[in-house]
Amino acid sequence: MKSILENINKAFDHRIRLGIMSILMVNENADFTTLKELLGVTDGNLASHAKALEAEQYITIEKQFIGKKPNTRYIATKEGRKAFQDHIDALEKLIQKN
Amino acid sequence: MEANNYLQDLKDIKDLMNKSSQFISLSGLSGILAGVYALIGAWIANALIENNTRLYITLESVLFKQILLIAGCVLAASLITAYLLTVNKAKKMGEKVWNASSKRLLINFAIPLVTGGIFALLLLKNGYYGLVAPIMLLFYGMACLNASKYTLRDVRYLGLTEIILGLFAVEFSGYGLYFWVLGFGVCHILYGTVMYYKYDRK
Repeated sequence: MKSILENINKAFDHRIRLGIMSILMVNENADFTTLKELLGVTDGNLASHAKALEAEQYITIEKQFIGKKPNTRYIATKEGRKAFQDHIDALEKLIQKN
Repeated sequence: MEANNYLQDLKDIKDLMNKSSQFISLSGLSGILAGVYALIGAWIANALIENNTRLYITLESVLFKQILLIAGCVLAASLITAYLLTVNKAKKMGEKVWNASSKRLLINFAIPLVTGGIFALLLLKNGYYGLVAPIMLLFYGMACLNASKYTLRDVRYLGLTEIILGLFAVEFSGYGLYFWVLGFGVCHILYGTVMYYKYDRK
């Protein structure tokens, strides 16, 4: 049991962080507004959870300007994709055990 | 708590992956109505052709312009219906109509379709009238196939059906209108009904 629990990733132990990663797994990138709409969260909430994932180097945050509007894009890193896949596999194994 | 929570996590992950990569508010009912419009249009066109059997259909003839007008009306009515019903369904499902996934869907649908449209116009201009009907079916099928990656899976099978019909229409090129009735009328009603019962009524 212990070995399985090791793969349950603490970084994904929150609804919003789990949500951000889920979206970035199937999209090349997603911007702030898209994530906000899909997850139904506030600006501050999303920003802080995105920062937490960035600190783990699971996502990269790109800030740029489209015309005069600032635009923030989020992209899952290779490590992030691997970690999230391991997390999902661990969840599935746990459910099968029960 | 554990197992249930993890199950919910997995469900959320799956939902978000689908929702963020596919536009799921496409209305099945609009497919049914588009099919009905196509059948009405074909019926009027057929009546016109039968009343003018002695005339050749050329690019300059009044008959050709009338048929083109009917086709344009059917297309416009279908697009407006699809837009209105999809907006309505998106509202119900809490999805925005104009988001990243609907833009992706529209662009990927439009590229093969516009290519086909231009191709068909060039064929008309150069006098290859017989190939216009199959070409429209083929390219519409490929547009659906291409768009299906970004929306409900059923659109993929609609696309494949249209492509097969398009190929048959090349072989039996004198029966373009009948293949259009099948492809744009019957197929839309059929797949629209399937989609309506699968997704809309929830």
